[in-house]
Amino acid sequence: MHYLITILPSLLAGLKMTLGVFALTLIGSLPFGILVAVLQRSPVALLRGVLNGYITIMRGTPLLLQIVFVYYGLSLANLVTLPRFEAAVVTFILNYTAYFAEIFRGGLQAIPSGQIAGAKVLGFNRWQTLWYVTLPQVVKTVMPSVGNEVINLVKDTSLVYVIGLGDLMRAGNIAVARDVTLVPYLAVGALYLLLTILLTVLMRYVEKRLNYYQ
Amino acid sequence: MLTIKNLSKQYNGKVIFKDLNVTVADGQILTVVGPSGIGKTTFLRVLAGLTKADAGEISLNQHPLLLNENRTGAEVGVIFQDFNLFPQYTVFENITLAPRIVARQHRRVYQPQAEELLAQLHLTEQRDFYPFQLSGGQKQRTAIARALAMQPGVLAYDEPTSGLDETTTQQVVTVIKQLQQQGVTQIVVTHDRPFADQLSGAVLDFGTDVVR
Repeated sequence: MHYLITILPSLLAGLKMTLGVFALTLIGSLPFGILVAVLQRSPVALLRGVLNGYITIMRGTPLLLQIVFVYYGLSLANLVTLPRFEAAVVTFILNYTAYFAEIFRGGLQAIPSGQIAGAKVLGFNRWQTLWYVTLPQVVKTVMPSVGNEVINLVKDTSLVYVIGLGDLMRAGNIAVARDVTLVPYLAVGALYLLLTILLTVLMRYVEKRLNYYQ
Repeated sequence: MLTIKNLSKQYNGKVIFKDLNVTVADGQILTVVGPSGIGKTTFLRVLAGLTKADAGEISLNQHPLLLNENRTGAEVGVIFQDFNLFPQYTVFENITLAPRIVARQHRRVYQPQAEELLAQLHLTEQRDFYPFQLSGGQKQRTAIARALAMQPGVLAYDEPTSGLDETTTQQVVTVIKQLQQQGVTQIVVTHDRPFADQLSGAVLDFGTDVVR
């Protein structure tokens, strides 16, 4: 117990970093995901092609590799040198936008065409229809899948160790190597678990709130 | 007055209607009858700007309407067969959404108008219900109120009695006749001949009156 208390400050500092990457990724990737899903229905074939290519690359390559590429690759290619944290957040947003876009695309496809016809004859334009009619219904439909991705994101943030960012996982690694004990890993696991349980409860609450209609 | 001139529509090489000419005076009822699958709903969709016409003109009070999907505005109010109410909004919100967002009316304008429509269509008690909590007849009256809230030049119904029992069908007849007395121009697409007869409006029989 005493040992746990001694390593707790460093673990909490790591947790802060983990939460930072997590929150910024969600704030960025959810709206971008919706935008990409909407633009995938654009009549411009070139735009659809570019977005499909982007989603294929993001979903088809490991996130770990993407982090390395954005942090080291772009710098080596003399394109841009991002600080570690920014590189991690940018990569996570790019990656999760692709997954969220696919989820929202499915949600948009599930909206009956009658809803759009109903809005059109009332004079709604495309964006008003999206904002007031379809999107609220899509959000309700996709919430369980979004919740799943949110939980995945918490655990995926541990990949930032690869560029030396001091997250929760790295804080645990350091303590394990220094003190030659696996106890820090148990503490790290417990913290991740606590985080995902809290998020699961929150997502269930949101789902329940959205369940006021059928 | 609704004037339809030489309206034509083909679908997959098949002529649905050709050189259709129809005039509906203000406050009149036109019933469009004929067997299922003959093109009545396509006619209604063309009228509403949901489906592109191949040729012809439609004008409402001398104001021409676009005959493709680019039509904007709510000149033709539509009561769809399955109503297409917005499930996430209450009856009141369904009725006021378009006046609020599309017509940008102030609450002082759209609220009393909506309350009046609710009272007229016997929906006051269901004001805060969601569509899933309504009966078929209540859903239909909500759809009528929602369309009327945008003060359309013409109100078009697609098979308004499908799925309704006899009592509710009689309520639909009453509502349509009441609206007629208020001067609302209405087009009723139906395959239900006895229902069409009760409306005693002009009849366009898609089985016999339409050139193909």
